[in-house]
Amino acid sequence: MSTVSETPAIGLTHGGSEDTGLGQRGPQSKSIVVPYGFWLFVLSDMVLFSALFASYASLVHATDGGPTTAELFDRKLVAVETLALLLSSFVCGLAMITAKRKSMAWTQIWLLATGALGLVFLGIELFEFSKMIGEGAGPQRSAFLSSFFTLVGCHGAHVTAGLLWLGTMMAQIWAKGFRQDIVRRLLCFSVFWHALDIIWVAIFTIVYLIGTLP
Amino acid sequence: MFGRLTWDAIPFHEPIPLITSAVVLLAIASLGIWITRNKWWSYLWNEYVTSTDHKKIGIMYIVMALVMLVRGFADAIMMRAQQSLAIGASQGYLPPEHYNQIFSAHGTIMIFFVAMPFIIGFMNFVVPLQLGVRDVAFPTLNNVSFWLNASGALLINLSLFIGEFARTGWLGFPPLSEKAFSPGVGVDYYLVALQISGVGTVLTGVNFVTTILKIRAPGMSYLRMPVFCWTALASNLLIIAAFPVLTVVLAELMLDRYLGFHFFTNDGGGNSMLYMNLIWVWGHPEVYILVLPAFGIYSEVASTFSGKPLFGYRSMVFATLAICLISFMVWLHHFFTMGAGGDINAVFGIASMIIGIPTGVKIYNWLFTMYGGRVRFTVPVHYLIGFMLTFVIGGLTGVLLAIPPVDFVVHNSLFLVAHFHQVIIGGVVFALMAGYTYWFPKAFGFTLDERIGKWIFWCWFIGFHLAFMPLYVLGFWGATRRMQHIPDPTWAPWLHVAFVGAAIIGIGIALTVVQLLYSIKTRDQRRDVTGDPWDGRTLEWLTLSPPPHYNFAVLPDVHGEEAYWVRKQTAIKQDQLIEEPDYQPIEMPLNTPTGVIVAFFAAVCGFALIWYIWWLAILGLIGAFGIFVWYAWRDEHEHIIPVEEVRANARERRRIRMEHLHNLSQST
Repeated sequence: MSTVSETPAIGLTHGGSEDTGLGQRGPQSKSIVVPYGFWLFVLSDMVLFSALFASYASLVHATDGGPTTAELFDRKLVAVETLALLLSSFVCGLAMITAKRKSMAWTQIWLLATGALGLVFLGIELFEFSKMIGEGAGPQRSAFLSSFFTLVGCHGAHVTAGLLWLGTMMAQIWAKGFRQDIVRRLLCFSVFWHALDIIWVAIFTIVYLIGTLP
Repeated sequence: MFGRLTWDAIPFHEPIPLITSAVVLLAIASLGIWITRNKWWSYLWNEYVTSTDHKKIGIMYIVMALVMLVRGFADAIMMRAQQSLAIGASQGYLPPEHYNQIFSAHGTIMIFFVAMPFIIGFMNFVVPLQLGVRDVAFPTLNNVSFWLNASGALLINLSLFIGEFARTGWLGFPPLSEKAFSPGVGVDYYLVALQISGVGTVLTGVNFVTTILKIRAPGMSYLRMPVFCWTALASNLLIIAAFPVLTVVLAELMLDRYLGFHFFTNDGGGNSMLYMNLIWVWGHPEVYILVLPAFGIYSEVASTFSGKPLFGYRSMVFATLAICLISFMVWLHHFFTMGAGGDINAVFGIASMIIGIPTGVKIYNWLFTMYGGRVRFTVPVHYLIGFMLTFVIGGLTGVLLAIPPVDFVVHNSLFLVAHFHQVIIGGVVFALMAGYTYWFPKAFGFTLDERIGKWIFWCWFIGFHLAFMPLYVLGFWGATRRMQHIPDPTWAPWLHVAFVGAAIIGIGIALTVVQLLYSIKTRDQRRDVTGDPWDGRTLEWLTLSPPPHYNFAVLPDVHGEEAYWVRKQTAIKQDQLIEEPDYQPIEMPLNTPTGVIVAFFAAVCGFALIWYIWWLAILGLIGAFGIFVWYAWRDEHEHIIPVEEVRANARERRRIRMEHLHNLSQST
């Protein structure tokens, strides 16, 4: 059956066209289809966040006599938090480069760094949340705080899910090496991780920067 | 240990749900015994439950939709019976708290668990075949999507036996649906079931957009795709853009109910109009998610049975995409009475009327397709004509409702109920029945009985008009929707007519079962040996009925629009098939139990959330994550169908086709 692996079967899954045009040359290969589908999923995630942003925007002044944005947010803390996340994304990019070179040690190191920086981000967020709740500014206090905790918390939940995924990926690369499908999965992870960055930039601007304008 | 789940949750003291539960459990048990007797479990498990074959998954969606249609219809006839009994002094047979659950369940089930799975089932079955390929982009994900949908349906049905269902209407508007006013488990059932099935639907959207844009037969450029594929593309784009909003708004209501947040509450600065806006930002596109593929079905039917190419193919594509876009700009017409002001209402009113233009284009296209054609009056054509007559009236009442001052008068009345049933039954359900008849032979290799099919059509057509035309009249007289008791006895005759109409639809649904059984019994008389029973024009009729797992031995080379028709005509002219190609082994995805296990854990987690059994909810989540990791760890993704098998099957098909071709060329 050695001929089987050599002759590309024009199947659904392998050996399809690499043509990125209008798809007139038949089904495209998995290396195009999988990231394409994942991009669409990320797009749907962006829509999800846009609905959360809309909720936040319409409830931001509904403080019910409770604390307002300017009283709650600490720009310096958020700056550190942002730096950790952006750096994590950068390091994730380094991991992708080393994965392309199939360097196991460096890929694992960079992925570990990605995860560690993600944990730092998450730690700061949890610290901020617990501090606010301790001050009586929990999500039950007002509609504004409900929408704040939901928007930022949803991003945090995504980061947590990303960390779980990252851990699984590290284990998979370790156990199975740089197999084609595993690298493709790693590529999807990095798309996800960068997308979380983009959403964070929007949160940073709309929630924290505008919220602390003098 | 078991949260708020106690024996009180079982409705021992309420006869209607208790008897229903007993009957349903009996039916499930006897079905189980029947399957065990015939030793069909392993067949079901291998061929359907774990299948990654888009055709099998499509069939499972449609079976689920048909079963849920019976459930949704039972709710409908109970409501009609209550409204025609509870007039004046009589209180009818349903207490208000039960009646409210029934109308909520009816709407939720009919939209989410009948119309959606039916449409998605057709997309699954038809789109890869029409595109001339072997499966969707992500076959395993497709299976996961189906089972997530099924666990949503399971939870909805569970509410009948354990606890109660929501009493808040099919969209669960706050503040009524907030904890303060609906403390029971009903709203939680609603929220959890829709969240789980909603995830499945988003994944379906991602899967199908990827499939249609990236996986097509060679030569199948965008403007050569059949119109059904175009409408499926538009519908799935809408799913990707709209369903996440539903997820968010339901999650916010869950946070309000479970953790005391203040999104939509009366206190704490909450704003229930935010819910209205968000739910309808999803809800209006949802209408088009359903009706666009329905339009696609009508297009296929019109062209096939008129023996002509579709009139104005490009204008049809353009109209589909125009509707896709505009459907996102009209959501506010669902609550003109919110008080957004004259300017805003005017903008949304005009946008709502504009959407009628591309829809009108489509109606003319179908009419001109039939005009001058040699129309065969088959069952699907009956539905096509019935649809055009019904849908135009539904569209006109829609334009009436789009005028804000008129909407202020008939808002929330039976007029509205009549309108949306007219477009959904006349538009979507008729298409589903047409598509069911049209593609049934492709799925099972024999056609459905034509005579009974026409009876079913007349039941739906007459029954619909009898059931809903009176509601327009009552709506004008000021009858509001969702009334458990009718105070004005002069409305009685109209309500009685409406009940008769619903009963006639019921006969149609019963006849659907009869038709299926009768057709199975007499299938040998109606075998589709050629794979092309209707003289079709699109690629699904190129392969055999039922198609092999891999659909096509060699991916068809597409030249021009109407890929199959061109190929067929060339073959008839030359009295020979295309040259035998060089067959290759085919790689196909393996079966996997991932979907059904993930859905099992999702259902467990959902049930635990509804009843506040927190440890079980966490267990469910861990289980779902575990199965994903397990799945990601597998090394074998595909199996290879050897070239000998492919060649043997393909040669058999060629032999049948040659015979058919000779018959055809002799007859012309």
